[in-house]
Amino acid sequence: MKRMKVVAEAALPTTVVDDSETTVDQFRSKTIFGFWLYLMTDCVLFAVLFATYGVLHNNISGGPSGHELFSLPFVLVETLLLLTSSFTCGLAMLATQRADKKQILIWFGLTFALGVAFLTLELTEFTKLIHEGNSWRASGFLSAFFTLVGTHGLHITSGLLWMGVLISKVVRQDLTPGLIKRLTMLSLFWHLLDIVWIFIFTIVYLIGAR
Amino acid sequence: MAQLDDKHQSQDSQPDSADAAGHGSIRSYTIGFVLSIALTLEAFILVLNHSFSHPVVLVLILIMAVVQLLVQLFFFLHLDRAAKAPWNIIVLLCMGVVISIVVFGSLWIMQNLNYHMLSPAETEKYMQKNEDL
Repeated sequence: MKRMKVVAEAALPTTVVDDSETTVDQFRSKTIFGFWLYLMTDCVLFAVLFATYGVLHNNISGGPSGHELFSLPFVLVETLLLLTSSFTCGLAMLATQRADKKQILIWFGLTFALGVAFLTLELTEFTKLIHEGNSWRASGFLSAFFTLVGTHGLHITSGLLWMGVLISKVVRQDLTPGLIKRLTMLSLFWHLLDIVWIFIFTIVYLIGAR
Repeated sequence: MAQLDDKHQSQDSQPDSADAAGHGSIRSYTIGFVLSIALTLEAFILVLNHSFSHPVVLVLILIMAVVQLLVQLFFFLHLDRAAKAPWNIIVLLCMGVVISIVVFGSLWIMQNLNYHMLSPAETEKYMQKNEDL
């Protein structure tokens, strides 16, 4: 009986309107809460990699240490790029809230470009390290370094793919509540990657190059 | 689209509804952005200058990272507005506990193990010294 009542209620138009409104709300939508849970488990993944790095960061096995390898100004540029992309992503979400398609495309396009620039710099750093013979095979320190920073880079890559797909959807389709929900989840993902990078910047680069 | 337009109009009449939807305002994003950049540059300059002794610098830049974490949680992820749905915060705090157990536990155990384990050279010395045992 109870279930039938729920179904009947769901069929009412008022309930449907309510539902579409809650999907846009970051804190009332169940889908977004589920995505938040995924993000938290992702944090645990990064925490484990940080712990591994913390244990292994002195095991350089006669090779170079972070002090000799890292170029701080280079990493600062990477950090500022990612920080700015997190900001433009926030502005894109404000535009999404106003249902302003042109602004959404401008800000998400800018976020995408900044993300690509960040990834290019990171890959440049990786290829430079590998060319100089300091790949992940050189020492325990470098294995942990490449795993931690590489996992973050992989997240950025998948975030960029996701953003590309959603941008093309915004271009081609109307701004449905489902699309807004997906854009909201993408923005949460992107902000979180920025937070993880702050800890990589501090713990790996600043402390490593000290 | 009609639903969205309705929502848009109702938002115009209520200035606080931007907060209610949990996306913040341009002001909160700008404050968060400026604070984050300031903290990043400050930590960077602190490390470049070497003006403090090493342990002090270490503690300071770690504190700045944590402050920046809080800044971004509040101004970018708007967790201060999640009072309606406390589950987001509860899960976040649980994860904080799990993460600190994993990170500090691992570091502690491995350091302890390192301390109690003799290096190969030390092992040889120990065996030579106690040959008659």
